[in-house]
Amino acid sequence: MSRKYETIIGLEVHVQLATESKIFCNCSTDFGAEPNKHTCPVCLGLPGTLPVLNKKVVDYAIMAGLALNCNINSYSKFDRKNYFYPDLPKAYQISQSDYPICENGYIEIDTEEGTKKIGITRIHMEEDAGKLVHEGSIDQATASLVDYNRTGIPLIEIVSAPDIRTPSEARAYLTQLKQILQYIGVSDCNMEEGSLRCDANVSIRPVGQKEFGTKTELKNMNSFRAVERALEYEVERQRKILEEGGEIIQETRTWDESLNKTISMRTKEEAADYRYFPDPNLPPLNVDRDWVERIKSSLPELPREKRERFVREYALPEYDAGVLTDSRELADYFEACVKEYSDAKAVSNWIMGDFLRLLKEENLEIAEVKMTPAHLSGMLKLMDEGVISSKIAKTVFEEMFKTGKAPEQIVEEKGLKQISDAGQLEEIVLKVIEANPSVVEDIKSGKDKAIGFLVGQVMKETRGKANPGMVNQIIREKIESL
Amino acid sequence: MLEKKDIERIADLASIKLSDSEAEKFAGQLDGILQYVDKIKEVDTEDLKPTLYPVSLENIFREDEVRPSLDREKVLTNAPEEKDGQFRVPRIMGE
Ligand SMILES: [Zn+2]
Repeated sequence: MSRKYETIIGLEVHVQLATESKIFCNCSTDFGAEPNKHTCPVCLGLPGTLPVLNKKVVDYAIMAGLALNCNINSYSKFDRKNYFYPDLPKAYQISQSDYPICENGYIEIDTEEGTKKIGITRIHMEEDAGKLVHEGSIDQATASLVDYNRTGIPLIEIVSAPDIRTPSEARAYLTQLKQILQYIGVSDCNMEEGSLRCDANVSIRPVGQKEFGTKTELKNMNSFRAVERALEYEVERQRKILEEGGEIIQETRTWDESLNKTISMRTKEEAADYRYFPDPNLPPLNVDRDWVERIKSSLPELPREKRERFVREYALPEYDAGVLTDSRELADYFEACVKEYSDAKAVSNWIMGDFLRLLKEENLEIAEVKMTPAHLSGMLKLMDEGVISSKIAKTVFEEMFKTGKAPEQIVEEKGLKQISDAGQLEEIVLKVIEANPSVVEDIKSGKDKAIGFLVGQVMKETRGKANPGMVNQIIREKIESL
Repeated sequence: MLEKKDIERIADLASIKLSDSEAEKFAGQLDGILQYVDKIKEVDTEDLKPTLYPVSLENIFREDEVRPSLDREKVLTNAPEEKDGQFRVPRIMGE
């Protein structure tokens, strides 16, 4: 982006709440059911049915609001947003218009210039619409197929202030938002299953200008990376138009992943008149102080707090603390290890290294890992006691990870115990010295580094089990006495 | 006074097609309704809170429990056409 223009981005994120049942009826929210198996008169919008609000939805919305530093409004209500589309059987969506449940929050993100606050204008509750598939190819389809399983799935919409200035800030905001929502457990934020969706509003203006430029709305971005790339493309597109003296048209544009560009959806913008009015079937909400306090006290430690505490409490580098607190599960695993083995940095190294590598290779969730924190700390103790070398520890670690066996058992079964018997090591050292007379000469003539080669040979002889400190010492003694 | 273009816009929002004579007829009728509303607006409501709900209830909830949904066969009896367990409807352009 050239310095002549400033970018203004606002994000609207829809998040599916992790309830068992839908927002206004008792149908299941399970993903992947056969079409229309999770529907009932309420979510199908049949006449005469009465929606009743799922209390958990309100609890989760308040939780999200508190975690995102919002005010929780004591008074809020539901409204009907009217529009005709086959994915919406009632011809209105129940949402919240002028009295949303949460307002005026913020998220802190890390940027190159340090911490930055991105405002959250509001969070409101609403129901999801159904799933519509066009028959055949998109431009030739004459009919659509509708599955109403998604209809009535509880959502919160989180609307950011227009505080985001670059596509990478947008990505950082989304990453942080997702992490917080996963930490507090209100959503799994799975983009592939549609439980987190993001639309972006973007405009540019000459630097120094107060008024916003004309914005476009971007849709259909299926990953955070796609959001970032779509924004980059759109900012560049708008800049070119302005520099050529053109005008930006306010419109909705869809991101085409394969073409790598945004495309106008050519919708009639002026027709978007939703005629909101209060839903008479849903009495308003009165969220009192006690309710908010109760939820506040149930909130877990949030990612940034945890990261700061890890640095403070375990004297870890910022980087380690960031990696370890990436998910609550990983942070909990780390802390369980540290409870039994106090060298936090050593634990951190193993978790950031081999643990995360194997997790990725085996494509596992932390909950599925067979190796317990006690096993990892047990292995570290074996290293301290000289039972296994650090080289052997890698083998033990992989075995623990794959089988869930205790480190002692693996060492026993595989005969991995470190050889620390001086007599036994001397014998092997003498053999190695005898087999490598030229290296010995080198060492004698002052090439001290060559000793590493001999140590390596002893390790090879013992399949890595020799105590390297002792081997080093014995080699020196033997060569000196030659 | 409501004009024909107002009626056309309302008809458009409601996705209904009106003939010219219907548009004219409804313009008159809707105008009458709006006049009633204007009459009501004459009442001084300065110190009154708007009544949004007919009853003074608040916080009506249900617990987060799953109960069986409708049989899909029954659900689809309302479909104009059915295909692979889904409602088959004419394709609608745009949003
Ligand atoms: Zn239902």
